[in-house]
Amino acid sequence: MEPLQIYERLKGRFGERILETVEKKSDPFAVIDPAALVEICYYLREDPELAMDCLSNETGVDYKDHVEVVYHLFSYSHRHGAVLKIKLPREEPRVTTVESIWKSANWMEREIFDLVGVNFEGHSDLRRILMPEDWPGHPLRKDFVEPQEYHGISTVRESPIVRLDQHKDQHKKK
Amino acid sequence: MSDTAEPTLRTEEMTLNMGPQHPSTHGVLRFVIRADGEVMREAVPDVGYLHRSIEKIAEKVGYHGFMPYTDRVDYVCAMFTNQGWGMACEKLAGIEVPRRGEYCRVISTEFNRIASHLLTVGLMGMDIGAMTPFLHALREREMINDLIEELCGARLTFNYMRIGGVAWDLPPGWREKALAYLDHLDPILEEYNALFSYNKICIQRLANVAPISPEEAINYNLVGPNLRACGVKWDVRKDMPYSAYSDFEFDVPIGRGEWGTLGDSMDRYMMRIYEMKESAKILRQALTRMPEGPVLAKVVRNFRPPAGECQVRVESARGDQGWYVVSDGTGYPWRVHVRTGSFAAMGIIQKLSRGLMIADLVVLIASLDVIAPEIDR
Repeated sequence: MEPLQIYERLKGRFGERILETVEKKSDPFAVIDPAALVEICYYLREDPELAMDCLSNETGVDYKDHVEVVYHLFSYSHRHGAVLKIKLPREEPRVTTVESIWKSANWMEREIFDLVGVNFEGHSDLRRILMPEDWPGHPLRKDFVEPQEYHGISTVRESPIVRLDQHKDQHKKK
Repeated sequence: MSDTAEPTLRTEEMTLNMGPQHPSTHGVLRFVIRADGEVMREAVPDVGYLHRSIEKIAEKVGYHGFMPYTDRVDYVCAMFTNQGWGMACEKLAGIEVPRRGEYCRVISTEFNRIASHLLTVGLMGMDIGAMTPFLHALREREMINDLIEELCGARLTFNYMRIGGVAWDLPPGWREKALAYLDHLDPILEEYNALFSYNKICIQRLANVAPISPEEAINYNLVGPNLRACGVKWDVRKDMPYSAYSDFEFDVPIGRGEWGTLGDSMDRYMMRIYEMKESAKILRQALTRMPEGPVLAKVVRNFRPPAGECQVRVESARGDQGWYVVSDGTGYPWRVHVRTGSFAAMGIIQKLSRGLMIADLVVLIASLDVIAPEIDR
C-alpha cells in the first residue's frame, strides 16, 4: 500500500484524530493527535492489511516553537512503510511510550529523552543513554548552550586558527 | 572449619563490570553483569563512551562539509555512511548521479563490505580465543585497504563520495587489480572456512548460542545480516533497489539453522561468509559492465536543498542504515538523524543475556557485529 492510501485508511478509522497529512515534500507524512498515539499505533500493527511489524526509526526534532517526534514504520510482510508525526509543546513535552507495541522503541526513546528532552510516560527504563547522567540540558535542542566545563574538565579549547589570525593582526599593526 | 557449615553449596549473586576497556568489546562498550557463578542473570549495556554528537555537528558545518564526518559514524565501513549522506542530500535536492558514478559507488561499497565482514569473521575467531584466523582475515583485508587507498587516498576514513557522485574515477589499471583480487578471494574464503568456520571447535562454540526468532528480530528492529540470519529474506539492495543494484544479479542468503537453532550465533557468523561471496559476484559484474561517462554530477558549491525532509535507507555491512534529514532551505541541515544497525543490535543484548554464560556474551557481541562509534555517533 502507498503511504497516502494508508493515511486515508487511518482517516477513515480515526477521523479527526489524524490532524493533517502532508504530501508535497519528498516523504509524505501524517500528523496525529498525541493522545491517540498508542491506539493508532496498535491499530497499524494489528490490522492485517497494514501489519506494521517494525518501528524502523523514531526520532525527535526541535523546531523553535514546538518539538516533533517522528515515527518511521515499516511492514516486512507487505513491504510498505508510513511516517507518523506528533507535535508537542516545547516546555515539558510528554507523550506515551510505544514500547509496549515495538520493543525497539525502548532505546530510541531513551535517545530522544537524552538528546531532545521528550518525556515518555510509561517507559520501563527512561535514563540518559549517550550523555553522562548528570549532564545539564539536551544537546539537540536548538537553544542548547554547551557548558564551559564538566566536573572541572574544560569543554572548550582555544582554536589554533584564531590564534594565527590574532598573530597576523598584530603583525599588521606593527 | 566449624561443624555447622551448610551441607549445600551457597551461591551468591555478583555484580561484575565488563569494559569499557576490554579487548572483546569492539571499541568502548561497558556491561554491568549480574551473575550467579558463570551464568548471567542480566547484562545491562552502558553506551555513550564514543558519543561525539555527530548529528549536532551536521547542523553547524553544512551539507558538503559534513561528508568527512560521516566517515566517523562507522569507521569500519565508512563508504556506506558516505553513500547514505550523499543519497539523502540528492533525494532532497532532486540530483541525479551519473551512471558511472553509481557504478563507482557500488564497487567501492562492495569492497568495503568484504573488508568489514573479513574483520568481523576475524574478530569472531579472536574473541573466542583463536588468534590465527584473525591474522588470516586481516591479511586479506589489508589488500582491500591497499586497493581503496589507491582509489581515494585513505585506508579507513575514505571521504570518497560527494553529493552527486564520487570524487574520482577509477585510476588506470585499477580494474585489473580489483578483478585479480576477486580471483584470489574465492579460494581464500574456502581456506578460511576449512581453517575456522567448519572447525569443530568453532561450531561447538557458536551453534545454539543466543538464538533469536524472526518475530523478535523484527520487533527489536534488527537489520542486515543479523535479521537475515533469523530467516527473514530482506535486503535493501534487492527489495528497494537504490544506486545501480537493479543491474546486478545476486542472491540474498538467509539463515537456515544448519548447525543448530535458527538464528543462533553460528547462523549470524556464516551470514558474513556468504555475503562476501555475493559481494564478489556483484563486483565482478560491476567491474566488467562499467559504462563510460562522468562520475560526478554538477552540484553548486553553495548547496541549498529546498525545504523538506526525507529518509533514505542504505544496506551497509551492519545492515539497513536510515538517514533522516530535515532541510529548512538554508545551507545548513535543520536536523540529521542516522539510525544504525549496531544501535538496534545493542538494544537486544540485555534481553538475550538472561541465562547466558558470561563467556557466551563475548560470542553474542561478536556475532551481532556491533561497532561502538556507530552506536554512540
